[in-house]
Amino acid sequence: MLRTRLRGVTFTDIVVWLIGLIIFVGMIWGSIATIRLGKYSASTWTDLIVTGLALGGVYALIALGYTLVYGILRMINFAHSEVFMSGAFTATFAATGLMNIGWWDRMPILSLLIVLAVAALVSATVAFLVERIAYRPLRNAPRLVPLITAIGASFFLQYTFRGLYGSGLKGYPEMAIFKGEVVFFGIRFFKTQLVVIIGAILMMLILYSIVQYTKIGKAMRAVSEDKDTAALMGIDVDRTISTTFVLGGASAGIAGILYLILFPVAHFFMGFIPGLKAFTSAVLGGIGNVPGAFLGGIILGLLESVGPSLFLDGLGIPAAYQLKDAIAFTVLVFILIFRPSGILGERLTETKA
Amino acid sequence: MVCPPFLLSLRKIWRSALIGGGVALLLALVGMVETFHSRSVINNVVSVGQVLFLFPVWYATYVSLRQMSEERKKVMIASFTAGIAGSLPLVLLLLIGAGINLRAMFVNASPALYKILTFGQNLWPGVLVLIVVNVLVTLTAGLLLQLSSRWQRALIQGFLWLFIAGLMRDLILTVTNRWGPLAGVVQFFFAANGLTPLGAVLLLAIVIGLAFWPRRQAESQPANSRARWIVLGSIALILLFLPQILGPFFSEILDNVMMYILMGLGLNIVVGYAGLLDLGYVAFFAIGAYTMGILTSPELNAHPLTYWQALPFAMVIAMISGVILGLPVLKLRGDYLAIVTLGFGEIVRLLVLSDWLRPWLGGTQGIQLIAQPKIGNLTLQSQVQLYYLFLAWVVVVVFIAWRLKDSRLGRSWMALREDEDVARAMGINHVTTKLLAFATGALFSGISGTIFAAKLTSVYPHSMNFLVSINVLALLILGGMGSIPGVFVGALVLIGAPELLREFAEYRYLVYGALLVAMMLYRPEGLWPEERRKLELHEEEFVESTSVAAETE
Repeated sequence: MLRTRLRGVTFTDIVVWLIGLIIFVGMIWGSIATIRLGKYSASTWTDLIVTGLALGGVYALIALGYTLVYGILRMINFAHSEVFMSGAFTATFAATGLMNIGWWDRMPILSLLIVLAVAALVSATVAFLVERIAYRPLRNAPRLVPLITAIGASFFLQYTFRGLYGSGLKGYPEMAIFKGEVVFFGIRFFKTQLVVIIGAILMMLILYSIVQYTKIGKAMRAVSEDKDTAALMGIDVDRTISTTFVLGGASAGIAGILYLILFPVAHFFMGFIPGLKAFTSAVLGGIGNVPGAFLGGIILGLLESVGPSLFLDGLGIPAAYQLKDAIAFTVLVFILIFRPSGILGERLTETKA
Repeated sequence: MVCPPFLLSLRKIWRSALIGGGVALLLALVGMVETFHSRSVINNVVSVGQVLFLFPVWYATYVSLRQMSEERKKVMIASFTAGIAGSLPLVLLLLIGAGINLRAMFVNASPALYKILTFGQNLWPGVLVLIVVNVLVTLTAGLLLQLSSRWQRALIQGFLWLFIAGLMRDLILTVTNRWGPLAGVVQFFFAANGLTPLGAVLLLAIVIGLAFWPRRQAESQPANSRARWIVLGSIALILLFLPQILGPFFSEILDNVMMYILMGLGLNIVVGYAGLLDLGYVAFFAIGAYTMGILTSPELNAHPLTYWQALPFAMVIAMISGVILGLPVLKLRGDYLAIVTLGFGEIVRLLVLSDWLRPWLGGTQGIQLIAQPKIGNLTLQSQVQLYYLFLAWVVVVVFIAWRLKDSRLGRSWMALREDEDVARAMGINHVTTKLLAFATGALFSGISGTIFAAKLTSVYPHSMNFLVSINVLALLILGGMGSIPGVFVGALVLIGAPELLREFAEYRYLVYGALLVAMMLYRPEGLWPEERRKLELHEEEFVESTSVAAETE
């Protein structure tokens, strides 16, 4: 048994494993060193963990769009980060408008619902249009082709919104009811973080039940299993795919608002990094798998917020927080190389992966 | 009574005219119309901005009318109504904009834009004028379709050249002013801004005349070797004297174009030949530039080398980093490969930017005082001198790429691109083949980086961003993946032309993005396609036509 397994191991595998091992040992070493140094108190760690959870919730929601689309089309919707941006950026204007007419403080719940609706609507529309224009005509083209259109669509959207709304930063007004902190079980939460965590969990549950228990969800799962057979069973494949994009887009729009609650500044480039990280989450959890996206998002959020202090501080790297994105991307690279099927994903055949 | 089929096709035409109007609305709100309004095609008659918001409607109408096979009168009716439909989005913008201040949201919905859209009129007369102009424009589409296809083509070509000439006025005049007698002739065509009306008419007449010029049938034989040498020789001569022909103003632009040609030739091997989509390509450019910087700058290095001494190190390090990137991603295909390379590119950038590596890499401040290449006593530092350095490298790299293409290795790359499993089954070692592709691509990019560093005598992490990779990818796709002349075409159009149009800078990536999508939709093989690629992308048609041929036999 062992011998047959060993025969498949090539020189490149060994190199890759070695690199992985070095990074892993470095991580452990750094963690031990940090903890021994005792630079951070327990409450700092819990703060970091809470931050990570909130961030992870947002990533999970964006990741959902990648996962749904990948599940159904086996393609990475590169433009999804811009779908997220479009909703969030547009909703900022709605929020400012509501602020100006005084609803923002007087009727916070209603205003929040309006802003969420605007974001979801815009993102869903953008996602729908991208699918219609850039992906649908190329569904049977070689694999490289839709990927390139996706990159093109992503840039087109980024700079279109830059042209529409300007290249500057746009502040998202804070809500009075979200100011301050709450303490649960001795753990301190900012109210914003709590709202984001709850909102993300709620959205995940809604989306999961849509995919799992409704008719359209059933159709989506059927199409992702086998397009042709699904079509033979009377499922309108094009429509199902459009619905998937709309659903993913709407959740990205809502994720956009949650993101703005955490980081209240919108700009045309805001989608790129969260998008990439959400993609990482989707792959981490197992792309095509809805609970996996949630799990991946939370893990990545935690790694990103706790990681720099835990792994890198101990190694004596100055200003470790600068490298938090690098940690996320390293996770991305390594998960794709070592286990492209992710934590919860089934083992994909090579043609699918 | 109007017959239903006509109504049906009318609806189709209205829909496409509306889409055209929507595009026009987008162009207006994004700010392109206003920005380009200051540039005229024909002085005081038509501005580029006006073309931008009228052309989409015209084009949408023309394309949809062409599919309609109706009689003359109905075509004219259809084109008339299409004009009204097509103007609706912009009319809506004007009406809403008159009531609400849209500027709080859409920064470009300014009074200046409304003035352009209404042709300087007040609201209601302006709306009327806008509709009338749109109708006139779409009517020309209807009229054009009444002509024979030869006339249609001639007219379209004529107006296209008219537009290009007007757009490129500054460029053309700067070049021709260096060539005494030519300047007089050319100046006759051009006004202070764009073409003169008389010049425009004349130019149109010339182009149409040329289109009808009795032309000898193209020789059925592929160009014989002597003709090919003549062509190659003249291209070489032009390239050799390009800075002298175009003048000093263009040297900087030429350098940039050459830099991207070098990178494009490298990425062409990775993406075009081997089919490995690498989105972190800028990393190798950065590695080349930074190696040059670290080895030659006295800032970071007690014993700075000269450019030529550092060059081999930079080349080797670039190649090694190509292999290092290549090793882990050997098993990945398609989208995952693209994402991993993108991740790598970002990691490299973040590491360079971090304080951690600052003592070695200079952090955000970059590296200054990088050595310039010297030949004997001559330091290559002016843009023209660097152009020749670039040119020398381009010649070498083109030769290598050209020879590689039909070599055993090149054919292995293409086999892997087309079907990896089959290629491996046929005995191609995918490990070395892929690694060689990454290494070669990285090498070319690294070389480009070294000259870039030497040209600016400094490198900054901010000039090594993801957008560079996108530039290279876009030029490759425009020219045609896998095609060497395609790289030149792509670089000239995408890197050269934007530098000449200052206004364009802001919309560069918007246009690139749209271009990537449009190319993939309508012409995936690129402007100057490589033969094999073309067959691959049009496989279905090819198979169909051969099977039809087989059936008829």
